[in-house]
Order: sequence, then C-alpha cells, then structure tokens
Amino acid sequence: MNKQKKMAVKTILTNISVYLILFIFILPFLWMILASFKNQQQILDTSNLFVFTPNFENYVSVFTQYAFMDFIVNSFLVAAASTFFGLLLGLPAAYAIAKYKQSGLGLLILIARIVPGISFLIPWFIIFSRLELIDTYTALTLSHMLVTMPFIIWVMIPFFESLPGELEESARIDGCTTTGAFIRVILPISGPGIVTASILAFIFSWNNFMFSLILAGEQTKTLPIAIFNFLSYSEINWGGLMAASVIITLPVLIIALFMQRFIIAGLTGGAVKG
Amino acid sequence: MSYWIDKHIKWIYPLPAVLFVGLMMVFPIGYTFWLSFHEWSMSNVTPPLWVALENYKALFQDELFRESLWITFYFTVVAVAIQMVLGILLALLMNAQIIGKGLVKTLFLLPMIATPVAVGLVWVLIYEPNVGVANIFLQALGLPVQEWLASPDLVLPSLILIDVWEWTPLIALIVLAGLVTLPKDPYEAAIVDGASRWQVFWNITLPLLKPTIYSAVLLRLIDALKTFDIIYATTNGGPGTSSQTLNIYGYVLGFQYFQIGKASALLMVFFAIVLSLSILVIVLRKKAGASL
Repeated sequence: MNKQKKMAVKTILTNISVYLILFIFILPFLWMILASFKNQQQILDTSNLFVFTPNFENYVSVFTQYAFMDFIVNSFLVAAASTFFGLLLGLPAAYAIAKYKQSGLGLLILIARIVPGISFLIPWFIIFSRLELIDTYTALTLSHMLVTMPFIIWVMIPFFESLPGELEESARIDGCTTTGAFIRVILPISGPGIVTASILAFIFSWNNFMFSLILAGEQTKTLPIAIFNFLSYSEINWGGLMAASVIITLPVLIIALFMQRFIIAGLTGGAVKG
Repeated sequence: MSYWIDKHIKWIYPLPAVLFVGLMMVFPIGYTFWLSFHEWSMSNVTPPLWVALENYKALFQDELFRESLWITFYFTVVAVAIQMVLGILLALLMNAQIIGKGLVKTLFLLPMIATPVAVGLVWVLIYEPNVGVANIFLQALGLPVQEWLASPDLVLPSLILIDVWEWTPLIALIVLAGLVTLPKDPYEAAIVDGASRWQVFWNITLPLLKPTIYSAVLLRLIDALKTFDIIYATTNGGPGTSSQTLNIYGYVLGFQYFQIGKASALLMVFFAIVLSLSILVIVLRKKAGASL
C-alpha cells in the first residue's frame, strides 16, 4: 500500500515536471501569439504585459499592406512541387538502393544530406543567373529538391528494406513487370513511409531560408524571406512581424497536431535504427 | 522495351536521382573548388583570374577567418553538449506514465519544426533590451538587465540558448524512442541485485543507449556546424563579428563583398571540415556498435 502511494506521488511529480518543462519550451510561441494581437504602442509599453485590448490590426495589415497571400501561395507552390518531384525521383531510387543493396549510392545520398548548402550557393547563383532563372519557381523548386529528395530517399530506404521480398516476386509471377509491381504492389502498401517522407520534405521546403534568399525575387518571394524583410524597415513593426510569424507557423502546427506520429518517426527513425 | 527496363532496373531507377545530385550538388561543388583558385568579383566584364593558392593563403592569414573557426566550434560543441544532457534527462522523465503524452510530444515538436527564421525573429523580440521579456524577467528577479544579442560577450550564449531550445526536444524524442526498444532482462536482474537507480542508469541504460546517442550526436553536430537561418536572422554575425560563424562569414564574403575566390576557398575548407567530422563520427559509431 505504502509502496503504491509512493509510486503515485512519483508519477504526479514526474507529470508536473514534464508539463513545467513543456511550458517553458512553448513560451516563445505563446509570446509570439500574444504580441501578434498587440499594436506597436502596447508592445513598447512594458508595464502592461498581459492586460491589453487585443486587436486584429496586425493580421489585417499583413494581408493588405504586405501582400502576404502572394508569399503564402509562393511558399506552398514551391514546397508542393519540390516534394512531388522529390518523390518522383526519390522513390524509385530508394527502392533500387534497398532492393539491390547499392550502398555506394546510399552513401552519395547521405553525403547530399550532410554537405553544407552554402558550398554550392555561389555556383547556383552564377548558373541560374546565366540561365535567367533567378526569381522563378523553376530555380526555387530545383534548389529545394536538393533538400527534399535526399531526405525522402533516406527515409524510404529502411522502409523498403523492411518489406518482404516475396511481395514483388508474387506480383511478377502474376505477369507484372518490375515497374508494374513497384507501382501496383509496392507503392500502395508504402503509404506510411511515403506520408512520413512527404510531410517532412514539405516542412523543410516551407521553412527553407538560405536557398530562397539567393534565388527568390519579387515574383517568387517565399514566406521566410518576406518575414525576414520586416527587419529592413527603419522601425521594426513588431506586431506585424509576430502576426506574420504566427501565419507561417500555423500550417506546420496543424500538420504536427494531426501527423505527430509520422513526424516523430521521420525525425528520429534513422537515429534509433542505428 | 519493358524487358530491357526490367533487366537494368538496378541502374535505371536511381539514375534520375543520381543525375540530379550530380548536376545540382557535385558539379557546383567542383565549380566552387575551381573558383577557389581564382580571383573574381562576379563581374561580367572581368573573367575569373587564376591565382593558384593565393585565396587559401589569404584565408589562413585572415584574423576574421580564425575567429569564425573558433566561434563555429564553440557554438557547436557547447550547444550540442548542453542539449544532449538536457535531452537525455527529459527523455528519462518522459519515459513514464504522462497524461496526454501524444499532445505533449506534439508540442515538444514545435521548436524544431517551426520556421527557423520566424522563431529567430520571435527571439529577437524576447531579447530586445528595452521591451524584451528576457530583461523584464531579469528585472523582476532584481538582476541587472543585459544587452543579449547586442552584447559581444553575451551574443554567443544567447544564440546557444536558442539552439538548445530548438533542438533539446529532438534529442529527448530520439532517446525516448531508443528507451522503448531496450530489453527488460538486464533491469530485472539489476533490481534483484538491489542496484540503485543511478547505478541502473549508469551501468545499464546508458551503455544500451550508446548507439542511439552516437547517432543523435552525429545528427546534431553536423546540423549545428551548419546553423545559418537563426544566426543570420537574429544577428547576421554581429555585433561586429562576435557571432560570425564560418557559414555566415562565407555568405558575407560571397554575397556582400563579392570576394568570390576567397569565399570559395573558405567554403571548401568548411566543406572539408563537415565531411571529415561526419566520417569520423560514423567510424566511431561503427566501432561503438561493434563492441556492444
């Protein structure tokens, strides 16, 4: 009885500590949301942190004054395209690497994930300038694909390896070609792996800053660049900046709420499997 | 035709991906390597001029380069060390009956999946000396206010704090996933032997987690070395050059001063550092895995 009580107390204490730590970690987000409902005066007035009349001015101005709808569309198009083409190139590659144990190619993909993006930024800028592709979706999608595709392959190799080999064999006996078996048998049962890979690929592209900084322009400006530009005004519009930050974070938060399991699998998978 | 494809599928399937990586990564890195032996300001009129090893010589005599090398290592090592310790502790805490564990995990995901530039700018507001909540907090405790990101002495610790905030949950989730897969037998034996909790952690849990921890360290070391978004958005290497990492210095040299040759030389050195560190950790991890 006494031991049970001790266990219960321990569980309660552990819960309290975990929730306390969690609170500290989400504090910056709470701060961001709070500030997004304040006007400049209310933000600069530090005597009243929590008591203020909330208003939506910042959200309105972000869309009317700064044309954020365009940036949302740009970010979404680039993320969707680079995820789609990343899958198109990555899935067959991952399948072949897994099936034929091509560890050399696996290593090339690992290196593509490790290499600092900045080491090919200058040539990209030169080449895309020559091709007059700066400020186009093409350049942005191609550059973001160097993030999405290696990630997709990296997630999918262990997934394909874990599938039983007989699956493809039996499809082949039924008269399928390898490609037919891959499309009709392998891909449909690879749903969870593909979802994991696509969600994170999409988020990585959505968040990408460095590549867009060089390759985006007025026509194709993505959200991270648009948000960063807030700093260049002489007086920083904190409320607008925070509202913009809420807008860029919201889709990621929603994806996280519904797809938590997949995201954790994708982010931690490689490490635990070792 | 389809028979031919079937026969060579081993090469046809990966070919587009390999070509893509070749065109978008291998060729540009070769280009950067080539540029690192030239002097050029990205001008259309004056083509790159061959200067052999001059850029590398200039680089190693450059005080700022040595400073950025030190800043990069300081930032990386301290940040990763802190988040490893905190992450493992958090994982141990979370490896219990937690109410609403799914939601807790989801919320812990936020710092690492939210857009770095956006959270970086939220931290700029938090650290703002006059209106930021960091100083309001210090004042409430009766402590002297700080300049945070604007202070040459405090800028690196402030950036490290952001990185720790961003990535500690990842370590916790990785270690937590590793904890779940651990075998139960050694623990039962330890309880029978009357081992203390600390002994169990130190002699059983930690050694069993070694491969997981090595992987997490590898992942974080490489990413921390390459940290760009947070630093560029919050300080752009400043104040002065106090937080100018290799990544930022390379960017500044290339895209603000247009010293393409010197920037390329720096980027090749950076590339070599990241790659050799990765190989080193992979080899170490294989050794650790083999000895288990």
